[in-house]
Amino acid sequence: MSATVESVAPEQMVTADGTPLKVSLARARRRARNRALLLVAPLFLFIFITFFIPIFSMLFRSVENELVGDTLHRTVPLLQNWDESGDTIPGEEVFAALQQDFAEAQKTKSAGRPGRRLNYEKPGFSSLFRKTARKAQKLEPPYREAFIKISKDWGDVEYWRVLKRESGKYTKSYYLSALDFSYDSEGNVVKNPGKESIYIKLFWRTLWMSMLITVLCLVLAYPISYLLSTLPARTSNLLLILVLLPFWTSLLVRTSAWIAILQQEGVINDFLVFLGFLSDDGRLAMIHNQVGTIVAMVHVLLPFMVLPLYSVMKTIPPSYLRAARSLGANPFTAFVRVYVPNTVAGIGAGGILVFIIAIGYYITPALVGGQSGTLISNLIAYHLETSLNWGLAAALGAILLGGVLALYLLYDKIVGIDNMKLG
Amino acid sequence: MNKLYIQTLLASAVATATVSTAAAKDLVFVSWGGAYTASQQKAYHEPWMAMNPDIKIVNDDSGGGALAKLRAMQEAGNLTWDLVDMTAASAIVACDEGLVMEVDHDALLAPAPDGTPASEDFGDMIVSPCFIPQIVYSTTIGYRTDMVGDTPPTTINDFFDLEKYPGKRALEKLPLNNLEWALLADGVAPDQVYEVLDTDEGVERALAKLDTIKDQVVWWEKGAQTPQLLADGEVVMGSTYNGRLFSVIEEEKQPIGMLWDWQVFDLDGWVVPVGGKNEADVLEYLKFATDTQRLADQAKYISYGPARASSAPMVGKHAELGIDMGPHMPTDPNNAKNTLLYNYEFWADNTDDLNEKFQAWLAQ
Repeated sequence: MSATVESVAPEQMVTADGTPLKVSLARARRRARNRALLLVAPLFLFIFITFFIPIFSMLFRSVENELVGDTLHRTVPLLQNWDESGDTIPGEEVFAALQQDFAEAQKTKSAGRPGRRLNYEKPGFSSLFRKTARKAQKLEPPYREAFIKISKDWGDVEYWRVLKRESGKYTKSYYLSALDFSYDSEGNVVKNPGKESIYIKLFWRTLWMSMLITVLCLVLAYPISYLLSTLPARTSNLLLILVLLPFWTSLLVRTSAWIAILQQEGVINDFLVFLGFLSDDGRLAMIHNQVGTIVAMVHVLLPFMVLPLYSVMKTIPPSYLRAARSLGANPFTAFVRVYVPNTVAGIGAGGILVFIIAIGYYITPALVGGQSGTLISNLIAYHLETSLNWGLAAALGAILLGGVLALYLLYDKIVGIDNMKLG
Repeated sequence: MNKLYIQTLLASAVATATVSTAAAKDLVFVSWGGAYTASQQKAYHEPWMAMNPDIKIVNDDSGGGALAKLRAMQEAGNLTWDLVDMTAASAIVACDEGLVMEVDHDALLAPAPDGTPASEDFGDMIVSPCFIPQIVYSTTIGYRTDMVGDTPPTTINDFFDLEKYPGKRALEKLPLNNLEWALLADGVAPDQVYEVLDTDEGVERALAKLDTIKDQVVWWEKGAQTPQLLADGEVVMGSTYNGRLFSVIEEEKQPIGMLWDWQVFDLDGWVVPVGGKNEADVLEYLKFATDTQRLADQAKYISYGPARASSAPMVGKHAELGIDMGPHMPTDPNNAKNTLLYNYEFWADNTDDLNEKFQAWLAQ
């Protein structure tokens, strides 16, 4: 024992059992870290399972494309040798494989899904696959003629080009559609003509409307929060309840209330006509358009701006402003140079909260948006619920998520995330 | 959206827990809720539960998003539904996707009282091998009787005539029905509507016709919106489902009239999800609930026409209002002078493409 101690360099400290202090400390620290990890593990697992996995499995659908290759697993490898730039359809051996694939798909009822998948690329595939699957088992060689007899579409080289293009494991077609590009009949990527492009337009509209809503919320919420934070507790609590009241009312009820107020036969128009400001024929259109969407969304999202602002303003000592005044600042300068900089944390938190909720909102725009107030999330909802085109919905969602993250990073660069105070 | 997805997952997990702890014989039927589910409850569920006292039918009102939820359930391998009510168009999609099972209509369903097999009695209504038809409804146009002067509109052309009938109109924010009506009003022969619509020029032509009223249109997404807009006097005319108009006219006594001209027939019916736990009971229920008498009974509670030919003569009076239901049925000869049957094959192929064009046109 003593021999070991002597062999250690004199300046190195050891613990009672002779291990160097450094090693022992590291071990203790590692144990503490492991214990901490174990403590957060359940939460981490929960978030991972209920948050990350669903989101990423959904986003993965924007590129995933195994359906066609799996169902037509004999045909697709043979198609690799076929030259799609020519004007001739594939030969008999491909059609023979196609017959086997369809006969098998009919047995397992699995021909419908790839048909619907390809129908996104070229209308007609859906019924073509359904028709073909029904008759595939009874087909006799020569298969090429037999298939063309079922539908002349099998003799159309354009269908075959689409089939070959979309038979890989991954596809970029959802992202192309989401950015208003498509393939022409030759298979080249082209920009959709102006009157057929829609998603980019809606992305921009969603962006500027969300920004406008955020700014309007800030303008309205700032004086309210200031009032709340300066009033005596009894009055301010009562007012705070009024701010929270909409939170306890159903979203649909609030939106419908705005319809009753803003519509052409509604309260505001009736009042203006009664006062003589408007003629009965000249009633204002304030709902089922952008105005209606903005008004209703500002109202719904206002509490998300008031609460962070209020919590920050509450912590600013009134003596700051008094000090500024006593040092010679006029009320305006004192407010702008002393008060506002102290509320930046609240403005940032409220702004980000309102903006991020607004950018994904879809119930209110669906009810009051009309044709000019539709947002990108309305089309995502359509593709998820009605058209079942989850690939396109995922691509649109991924682009939206990417855009929000980019803005978030921009915010971090300019203002700094550390500056944010949520409550 | 992702949040919503998770919420849905969580909600369905909770629903599963509730269902599995309840009695062994709970059947979960998904339908549209409101007056429609109530009519099914009275005409089908209650008599059947009286015959099968150990089984309880639980109504789930999530019919609107049924297609997406059914797919999510099937992918997660956690099916909690036993029977789903869907429009025929959704049933075709669900069938293609392999979410619901194909059935042999003659083997499964009761024949008509005179012995006609079910497949003949339902006839053309069986638009997909998975689809068990229940009702015929129509999308048609209602107008304010007090806002159209002395000459109420009688044809679909009047809907597009802003000079004769100034004022706002309500139309669904989807291409289907609207494109067909636009072409009919533009003078296309009824039997050529889908042929014309199958070409790019035809779509342009329909959209150009809609352009003439575009700035006067309020676009709706939920079936309840048009009756509300009409009741408020916000629009002078609007399209919606005929049953919604029936209830706003007859039950709420609003000054609204029906323009049946070129109503578009559509079908609604049952589909059986693949891999349900109570399949045998569900199939037995279906045999009972889709027989001639039961389908006729449903018309006592709601103004949708029974899908069986043999049920039509048995349609009687409304159970509460006591009025004759015959004249309110979309299939009544007086109402059905000009009708368009929704072309399922066409829309199954072209919905995605035309919707994109339509939405782009809207956003212009």
